[in-house]
Amino acid sequence: MSTALQNLVNQPYKHGFVTDIETESVPKGLSEDVIRLISKKKNEPEWLLEFRLSAYRHWLTMEEPAWANVSYPRIDFQDIIYFTQPKPKKQLASMDEVDPELRRTFEKLGVPLHEQKMMTGVAVDVIFDSVSVTTTYKAKLAEVGVIFCSFSEAVHEYPELVKQYLGSVVPSGDNFYAALNSAVFTDGSFCFIPKGTKCPMDLSTYFRINTEGSGQFERTLIVAEEGASVCYLEGCTAPQFDTNQLHAAVVELVALDNADIKYSTVQNWYAGDENGKGGIFNFVTKRGLCKGVNSKISWTQVETGSAITWKYPSCVLLGDNSTGEFYSVALTNHLQQADTGTKMIHIGKNTRSKIISKGISAGRSSNSYRGQVKVGSRASGARNYSQCDSMLIGDRCEASTFPTIDVQNTTATIEHEASTSKIGEDQMFFFAQRGIGSEEAISMIINGFCKDVFVHLPMEFAVEATKLLGLKLEGSVG
Amino acid sequence: MISKNSKVLLEVRNLKAAVDGIEILKGVDLTVRAGEVHAIMGINGSGKSTFSKVLTGHPDYTVTGGTALFEGRDLFELEPEQRARAGLFLAFQYPVEIPGVSNSALLRLAYNTLQTERGLEELDPLEFDDLVQEKLKVVEMDPSFLGRSVNEGFSGGEKKRNEILQMAVLEPRLAILDETDSGLDIDALRIVANGVNSLLTPDNAVVMVTHYQRLLNYIVPDYVHVMDGGRIVRTGGKELALELEERGYDWLRVAA
Repeated sequence: MSTALQNLVNQPYKHGFVTDIETESVPKGLSEDVIRLISKKKNEPEWLLEFRLSAYRHWLTMEEPAWANVSYPRIDFQDIIYFTQPKPKKQLASMDEVDPELRRTFEKLGVPLHEQKMMTGVAVDVIFDSVSVTTTYKAKLAEVGVIFCSFSEAVHEYPELVKQYLGSVVPSGDNFYAALNSAVFTDGSFCFIPKGTKCPMDLSTYFRINTEGSGQFERTLIVAEEGASVCYLEGCTAPQFDTNQLHAAVVELVALDNADIKYSTVQNWYAGDENGKGGIFNFVTKRGLCKGVNSKISWTQVETGSAITWKYPSCVLLGDNSTGEFYSVALTNHLQQADTGTKMIHIGKNTRSKIISKGISAGRSSNSYRGQVKVGSRASGARNYSQCDSMLIGDRCEASTFPTIDVQNTTATIEHEASTSKIGEDQMFFFAQRGIGSEEAISMIINGFCKDVFVHLPMEFAVEATKLLGLKLEGSVG
Repeated sequence: MISKNSKVLLEVRNLKAAVDGIEILKGVDLTVRAGEVHAIMGINGSGKSTFSKVLTGHPDYTVTGGTALFEGRDLFELEPEQRARAGLFLAFQYPVEIPGVSNSALLRLAYNTLQTERGLEELDPLEFDDLVQEKLKVVEMDPSFLGRSVNEGFSGGEKKRNEILQMAVLEPRLAILDETDSGLDIDALRIVANGVNSLLTPDNAVVMVTHYQRLLNYIVPDYVHVMDGGRIVRTGGKELALELEERGYDWLRVAA
């Protein structure tokens, strides 16, 4: 492939700096004592400690999953710092009290912490290592009854809500990494959209892992009551280290009758260098429960970073007439490995789901789509449409598709389409012959390839996503 | 249109080129002046398609000897996209599909790239739409083609018309039509030929690479060249094409 193409897909990681800030950590390693210490540091109620400990005990009995199409050295779970926070930690009365060094970090990352500076009107919760640093626009949201705060704060302010929904979609023993997260999660975001409320602005959480050797285990819980709707955005970056860092998050979404949750992610964790050294292990469990009738949950993800991605944002379609959607672009380069996809579990009648997955592999990377569409015996009239497309850049990368379809109701309609293509020399020559340079050509081809997904991203994210893929939107918005 | 005084657009001397180490072009000479229409004919494997790809800079081919000047500039000093921006256009024998990229987006990017190259203003989507609507008439294409992905799901004839649409928008100085007639039914052939004819001016030129005489009934050449074994073995007027139609290529091959 041409050098321009190589340069484009090999752009250096821009967020790899480390913030020099004093932190306090609990010692490396995992034990009941460490969990008790985390819980104590966070001044948690007894029931939450119990939740953690029971998850931990369950985790001890579990095996690390090996079915994903990824390979990596065994993780030493005793070699991870499970809790790190910037020091000194005190309750922040206003944005001005945020450590200036931290503020500069997020300014550098383009995350606005100053409400008055925000152009887009997006409320942001910022997670730095293990704790939430700040949440913007809280007061304004409170006027309409929307709760948007850090998870720790929710535990203290809204314990009943947290207790009711925590683990209701992803039980603490759901899988190896979900159990680990349930035991050691440190912070995250909590959103609650009350009955009949359309959230007046997009909510966003920005995750940053800063400390070397620390893991990030955050927990996001979003509840949309009857008739409520919300659009939620998640962004992630990390500094460049030679060692791998573990990110094992859990995201739970609950949509009651006629509620609508749209969850978008642009994941740009550090991916390791071109020889596969360093980078984030991103082992994440994301699941939404369409609990009520006519509810809808839509996942859109752009996965560009991480050394290893293991992630299947899923929908459990329990309510009749509920809808689940999954739109995904996963780009892997160098020695990155991604095994990502979704599960659509149809339980209610006339439930619908749609899966659009676009995998782009470059370098010596491996990119797998893994999906499950399950239609239960009661789910009469269920419909699913899946489309999985892979694009290869160069001839040393790998793309795989592992779809599973399990239908137990004869009235269901399932469609699955898949394709594999390659940015060919002939395509590149065609563009060149029309006077278009290779960088713009690739950008156009990749944008065209991802179009079905990008249209589902909120505007700012769509821009960020195209930039992230090293692309310029110009010209392709026809 | 032949005039010895008109400007030389392309001057190829003793051009040799190889693919995978095998020499395909073994010394091609060709001069194309503004206002001229040339046809290069020959059997499969004679080197005529290779010639068009070498001139436009396809990466599979290596120039091993000779020169090619385009309006006085050394073509082989230029990258493929620079050659295109200089006004050299190739209508592809097998147009590629570009899924998800709309025809109008491609045309506008290509057009604006040229505008920038020429130091002119880029057109915004609305201005460009006015321009492209006119160009669509050249190849009798429905405006709905603009919103469709480049060549995706197009019939063979539609793909070829799309190539000519690109030519109409980009207005090249020299257009090489590589087997543009292959796979066309008679109606599509007429549309494509009318399109090309309407684009001809005293300032530009067309080189048609073709196997059959059929196309030349519609786009009448000033010169017909016969290529064989990587060389031009005979040059004549349009009668030569008719003679080839009647006698085949063998008599020339023997002569070669």
